[in-house]
Amino acid sequence: MSTIQVQAPGLQTTVQDLGRSGFGPIGVSPSGAADPISLRLGNRLVANDESAAGLEMMLLGGTLVFPQGAILALTGSDFGAMLDDVRLDLGTSVEVRPGQTLRLGPTSSGARCYVCVHGGIAVKSFLGSASTHILSGLGGFEGRALRKGDVLRIGSTSEPFRKRAIVPQASEHLSRRKVLRVTPGPQADWFSESSLRSFYAGAYRVGEQSNRMGLRLEGAAVTQRGAGEMITEGVSLGAIQVPVGGSPIVLFVEQQTTGGYPKIANVISADLHRVGQLRPRDEIRFEPATFDAARSLLIEQEKLLASRELILE
Amino acid sequence: MQTWTADDTHFQPASDQSLLVYFGQQITVVAHQRVRKLLRLLEQEPIAGVRNLNPAYCSILISFNAVQLNHGDLEEILRGYLDRLHAMQIPEGRELQVPVCYGAEFGPDLNEVAALHGLTPAQAIELHASVTYVVYFLGFVPGFAYLGELPEALATPRLDSPRRSTPPGSVGIAGNQTGVYPFATPGGWRLIGRTPIAMFRPNREAMSFLSIGDRVRFTPISAARFAAMENA
Repeated sequence: MSTIQVQAPGLQTTVQDLGRSGFGPIGVSPSGAADPISLRLGNRLVANDESAAGLEMMLLGGTLVFPQGAILALTGSDFGAMLDDVRLDLGTSVEVRPGQTLRLGPTSSGARCYVCVHGGIAVKSFLGSASTHILSGLGGFEGRALRKGDVLRIGSTSEPFRKRAIVPQASEHLSRRKVLRVTPGPQADWFSESSLRSFYAGAYRVGEQSNRMGLRLEGAAVTQRGAGEMITEGVSLGAIQVPVGGSPIVLFVEQQTTGGYPKIANVISADLHRVGQLRPRDEIRFEPATFDAARSLLIEQEKLLASRELILE
Repeated sequence: MQTWTADDTHFQPASDQSLLVYFGQQITVVAHQRVRKLLRLLEQEPIAGVRNLNPAYCSILISFNAVQLNHGDLEEILRGYLDRLHAMQIPEGRELQVPVCYGAEFGPDLNEVAALHGLTPAQAIELHASVTYVVYFLGFVPGFAYLGELPEALATPRLDSPRRSTPPGSVGIAGNQTGVYPFATPGGWRLIGRTPIAMFRPNREAMSFLSIGDRVRFTPISAARFAAMENA
């Protein structure tokens, strides 16, 4: 059995897969990778099923030792990874020899880097998923972010090493965007015309207190038309809710499943992985999209992700 | 963007991959029954492409895979489901007791809540424990049950600024709702007591102690009993 020893955990490293769907009736949100496209690509590079569990690192990466070696790929943002003393590129598979050390540092691009290993990270499944839900301490590795001294098991492996890389055009298509496209929220008409205008015209800064539950935005306050009383209802991934103070919050992967604040807009599904790469202090803007356009963009994105030509062997 | 059906049920897209079904815009027993019926029907006869269901007071959020489904097609299928709701049977909710140690460090807001209503803390406790509550739905975090209705004389607005963390098992009130925090989460409800019962038990088959439709009564216990039950 192969293992990974955590020598330094980084700021917040968690085991994540594509999340657990279908447990809304007991209040469990899907969780899963904040940038699921990066995780899916990483898994393909190491010949895993797209939904295998990998490690999600946030802002500052950790140091991992592979006593038995591994087949590994890094995707997402550039954390200046070094395998022993050799610089490791993103988006390409590499063979790690027994005893080698992978060191990741602070990000030089977006918020998250994914470490995928052939065989996946083996943890006890909770409600059908390996994803960590930090707030409730459920799933993943003991329901928490990794700590120094943790030893992770790598799942059973079957394939010999093959060099694989993501085609550059694909990375370009999936690259970071500071303009997020949004569809109207279910309470969009609760907001005044001027508020809606400033919401779409202004820039918002991602707040320091942002996390996997939600991103707090700083910028032009958005005010409601009247003093309507919301009845708590289900909230969707990427919903932009506006609490009393007027500062919008983007609800994210570890979101509450229901909420009582009006939603002005909702990030389109094709841009959700980009939300996972936003760092505190990043400046973003919102651009309106129709439901039909959002759906077409998602279908196009999925087509690209499903294409054989995406990965070079 | 809203589409209305013959009665007060209507559809509202929430995102490119989700649709809200509203049964009116009021918290009523009738709306709650319809939520439970549609939830049960959707669980018994799942719609291909639907990923998740989030029931609430008078709505269900239905999340789907937009590669497989779109709002219009889903609405069409749901109309067929809604036509069958009157024939749906839902099981009677269970009757459950939740023991609570009220006040002091267990319920730091009890005295203030009582004072706001011109009650003594003992009267506020008696009121809270005097009625049978209905679990309208589970939401927010795993195992958090939204219970109603709180006696009018206890209805209290949320705290102006939410606590960063509430101890697990804390019993809170907000407006005319009451509920138990299963985990140490941020929370704006006023805390009047704490239960030693685990509201979410990941190792059990029925993970959530409470289920939608259950009937719940709070029973006051002493600090000594709380300690004994917590260590049991």
